[in-house]
Amino acid sequence: MSAVTTPSMAARPAAPTVRWLAPLAILGLLALLPLATALGLPSHWLTLVTRAMIFAIAALSLDLILGIGGLVSFGHAAFIGIGAYGAGILITEGQTELLVALPVILIVCGIFAAVTGYVSLRTRGVAFIMITLAFGQMAFYFAQALSGYGGDDGLTLNEKSTLLGREIFANRTGFYYIALGTLAFCYWLARRLVASRFGRVLRAARENAVRVTVTGYDVDHVRLGAYVISGMMAGVSGFLLANQTDFVSPAFMSWQRSGELIFMVVLGGVGSLYGAIVGAIALLAVEDVLSGLTQNWKAIFGPLIVLFVLFTRGGIAGLMAKLRGSRDG
Amino acid sequence: MTTSLLIVQLLNGLQFGILLFLVAAGLTLVFGVMDFINLAHGVQYMLGAYLAVTFVGLTGSFMLGLVLALAAALLLGLAFEFLVFRHLYERDHLDQVLATFGLILLLNQAVKMIWGAAPLSVPVPEFLSGNVRLLDGILYPTYRFALIGAGLGVGALLWFVVEKTRTGMLLRAGASNAPMVSALGVDIRKLFMVVFAFGTMLAGFAGAMAAPILSVEPGMGDTVLILAFVVIVVGGIGSIRGAFVGALIVGLVDTLGRSSMNDLLRLFMAPASARATGAALSSMLIYLVMAAVLFVRPEGLLPAKGRS
Repeated sequence: MSAVTTPSMAARPAAPTVRWLAPLAILGLLALLPLATALGLPSHWLTLVTRAMIFAIAALSLDLILGIGGLVSFGHAAFIGIGAYGAGILITEGQTELLVALPVILIVCGIFAAVTGYVSLRTRGVAFIMITLAFGQMAFYFAQALSGYGGDDGLTLNEKSTLLGREIFANRTGFYYIALGTLAFCYWLARRLVASRFGRVLRAARENAVRVTVTGYDVDHVRLGAYVISGMMAGVSGFLLANQTDFVSPAFMSWQRSGELIFMVVLGGVGSLYGAIVGAIALLAVEDVLSGLTQNWKAIFGPLIVLFVLFTRGGIAGLMAKLRGSRDG
Repeated sequence: MTTSLLIVQLLNGLQFGILLFLVAAGLTLVFGVMDFINLAHGVQYMLGAYLAVTFVGLTGSFMLGLVLALAAALLLGLAFEFLVFRHLYERDHLDQVLATFGLILLLNQAVKMIWGAAPLSVPVPEFLSGNVRLLDGILYPTYRFALIGAGLGVGALLWFVVEKTRTGMLLRAGASNAPMVSALGVDIRKLFMVVFAFGTMLAGFAGAMAAPILSVEPGMGDTVLILAFVVIVVGGIGSIRGAFVGALIVGLVDTLGRSSMNDLLRLFMAPASARATGAALSSMLIYLVMAAVLFVRPEGLLPAKGRS
């Protein structure tokens, strides 16, 4: 960055073509993967990438408040857990219908987000990190105490969700495309939100909340709105996760899981939205490779995170932008 | 609940609170002075406990083992500072959270590889192994009294250092405005190093002291870390006094909640559902307290002065 660069130029987002090209390329590649497995790529990949796309939805939702809103939430896994338990409890009670489960999950996640967000958003910065962490733990302990639904051991599901009685989640390739479709829809929604007036206020408040307030916008309302939308989106990923693993447990909402979600966002590039998708896939791929190597893979994975933070800035999206920048001169 | 049981539970709550204070004090000191959010503080507590297991086992003496464990914790703290933390002082909180999160993964796994996943324990030292007779034949373990005493002693020492000494004056000044202190000719890097090493030792001390009464196992630091966060959020971030008050509140509320919630709910619920609800409510109780405190005072009960 040279001395003549003005702040407004530095803050300029990527060119529109790049902004659309990268996510389209990613989603396009993802759409072709089942073809590759049909041609001989190990089918283990299909399961892994489905799981990665489900986490990408959660990471994307986190990027909405973390990257766009500048609010580091450390309890985001709670929403995955609520979504998963929502599906799990309904299925255990004999209610597999998607059209029932989805609204229930969205409402419960929305209420949880509204209540915890209202309290958390009274604070900023580090206090916000710690409070969201504490609320995440609260959800974790609540799930542990659900002795009627597995408690500490978790809950095994004997059935998957259905749509109007049809078992749409049973087919592995079908499920892959459901996850991909949901991810694409969530990405589109997030993009639309960020481009809207709502998103612009959210972004502006990250830079200077006082100035935005003076302009006449209620920053707290916008932030809370983003928090609720983000929580609901993460709840959907929890619903899909329960259907993929046929199992839910309190570990879904452990604070380590929240940390992993943050790392996905940072790995891909904070605030770029598509970076969250790249980050989620990259992280799960690395975890998969490492855990295949050794049982003690976390002893390798931990230092990798430290090295990544120390030596890169802006994640994978940032690296790509840097490469583009140096090529442009 | 009888009076004698209530007294015992109050003492348990006090002792738990003191333990939390030792962890939270180091955490909030590092944050207050360096504006550094150190998630690895919990695993440093865990390391203290494991080092105590090793050194008490090697030397056969609790006191000698404790001293060696503290020295080792201090050295480890300095090594972390040199290798990782000093490169993060200038970075934003997100980077600090992530890097220290990576350290947690590494250290939890490393502890599992070195000491195994099974819980370990440290025998209660001989000279503190008995019980103290309180009124009317209520017995309370001597070691727990010793822990309360040691915690209060460390708290007093900390208060003295921060409020009454030159180093403490620089610490408080550094917390309000580090560049200004640096401009006045104080080696701020060295100050940070000392604070960090001291914070690590406090966490290690808490872990080593807890080792005889808790099971020493991988991940034990994570639970304590979250509780310490609740403590400093309730007390006011960056404030030692706040950490003390917050720790006592959290310790007492958690302990009393766990012991009495069941009885309380049974007054108007069936025993089975009272047990289930009680278990859920009592683990969430301190988080509810935290939410309530923040709702009324977003800055915490006793926020540090001079921070904006």
